[in-house]
Amino acid sequence: MTIKTPDHLKWPADADITAVPYSVFNNREVYDLEQQKIHNGPTWNYLGTEAELPENGSFKSTYIGDTPVVVTRGEDGLAYAWVNRCAHRGAEICRERHGKSDDGAFTCVYHQWAFDAKGDLRGVPFQRGLAGKGGMPKDFDKTKHNLRKVRVVSHHGVIFGTFSDDTPDIETYMGEDISRHFKRILKGPIEIIGHTRQFIAGNWKFYSENTKDPYHASLLHLFHPTFGIYRASLGGGSIVNNDVHSVLWVENNKEDESVLDDVKKDNTRTYQDGTYQLQDPSLLAGMKEFDDDTSTVIFSLFPSLVVHQIQNTLCFRQILPKSESEFELVWTFFGYADDSDELRSYRMKQLNLVGPAGLISMEDGESTELCQKAIVRDGQYSNYIRMGGTGTGTDDHFVTEGAIRSLWKGYRELMDV
Amino acid sequence: MSDDKNNLMLKDEVNDLLNAYVQCIDDDELEDWPSFFTDKCLYQVVPRENHEMGLPTAVMWCDSQGMLSDRITALRHANIYQVQWYRHIISNTVITSVVNDEIHVQSNYAVFKTCNDGESTVFNVGRYVDVIVRVNGQLKFKERSAIYDTHRITTLMVIPI
Repeated sequence: MTIKTPDHLKWPADADITAVPYSVFNNREVYDLEQQKIHNGPTWNYLGTEAELPENGSFKSTYIGDTPVVVTRGEDGLAYAWVNRCAHRGAEICRERHGKSDDGAFTCVYHQWAFDAKGDLRGVPFQRGLAGKGGMPKDFDKTKHNLRKVRVVSHHGVIFGTFSDDTPDIETYMGEDISRHFKRILKGPIEIIGHTRQFIAGNWKFYSENTKDPYHASLLHLFHPTFGIYRASLGGGSIVNNDVHSVLWVENNKEDESVLDDVKKDNTRTYQDGTYQLQDPSLLAGMKEFDDDTSTVIFSLFPSLVVHQIQNTLCFRQILPKSESEFELVWTFFGYADDSDELRSYRMKQLNLVGPAGLISMEDGESTELCQKAIVRDGQYSNYIRMGGTGTGTDDHFVTEGAIRSLWKGYRELMDV
Repeated sequence: MSDDKNNLMLKDEVNDLLNAYVQCIDDDELEDWPSFFTDKCLYQVVPRENHEMGLPTAVMWCDSQGMLSDRITALRHANIYQVQWYRHIISNTVITSVVNDEIHVQSNYAVFKTCNDGESTVFNVGRYVDVIVRVNGQLKFKERSAIYDTHRITTLMVIPI
């Protein structure tokens, strides 16, 4: 099913990937088209992890875009997913966030139509009527009334779903660098250590931009400089794969004094000489756990997933659009099954740094809302995305918006705007 | 005085501590907030869903007075957020047991948040599960867990619960 983009949603002639019209953030029609062309289109969407489906019959309720989806583990041990909408009259079937179906059945409460973990219809009450009266038509064919199924792939223990037959295999979809970082962070069996959820009154793509934006990191997030811990001189940069996916990475041991001098000259709050000191520096204690010097990686698999390693915190951030001006962000923190007690205790303490109350990252929810509030009536105006030039693609520094321009390039193609 | 869970004076004292704690936060006297805890302590704000699944993830997790103070320093000088005020309502305070001089207390709470637009919203609802001890005659939190039902945090949480 291909939905044609209506002419009035095409970008005006003076808009481009460095001047994106604010109508992409405040327009319900654009939002609805995104659900069709992006979330229901040729994209892989994060559904959860194998670790969250420990047994056959285990299930988890989630979403692809704003479509409710249930991911299950079938009797054959494989992951399946289907839209959480009964094939009969459209009622929600699974009403729990997660759990296990002991008999492997998923039964709608309304008329008790029963489906299996794969989403196939197994039973219809009173199909043949009662005492010769009523019942389904004689030619009723159960195989034609299965749930709307989601194509699923499990990749290094992470489950993705797509509605489209045109979505390429997951590694092709990711691209080379995302694949490499994905494999790096999923180096062994994982254990989920918990979820936190944040509801943000902003368009979901403000958050997509945010996670591709190395320029803001040292300017908005002031926890480190406030405590005299300087960060922007570290090595790193941004990498783009297939336009819409990106990696932001920071490497330790790459101090550059000339960079520090420039930062001092700009007289921003980014450079502070340590007016305040941490009373309990154990907050930042941690240990090296990868065979490289990368201390922070934030990579984004458009449209629904951001994965991060920030020191010893490891997390899947799932972006769930709710309307043109609201989205939910679900943070799923994990460690590895073979974590030492020491490493697990670092992860616990460092949870303070990230998430909805994260000392170094809570501002991202705020910045998204700041933008949404301001653009509410200004769809005909555009932003200005020219830090680091007008190009797209990979950069070996932080003063760039190249990955954001790349996102809009890919977005225009997906949306045909 | 014996610290017994039915002792009315102890109940009064526990209620005073709980009331003074929320008054401190609601009156924006956050620099005093760490002093409600013992030096080594546990303060955590935990989504109910994690608590029920036995998963440890908290949005705030501090195990020393120093970490609590650092949260407040960050709130005052580093973090960026809308002007906001909390108003806590606590109820149903129950001393569940007193064991080895540790007073175990549970209470319900609701936190209303008001920002500059003037709208007050129910920001966070849950229960406190506390372990309270006596230090130099004064009651302090050795452990305070805010286990919250409102497991979807609106925008961000910067002020402690």
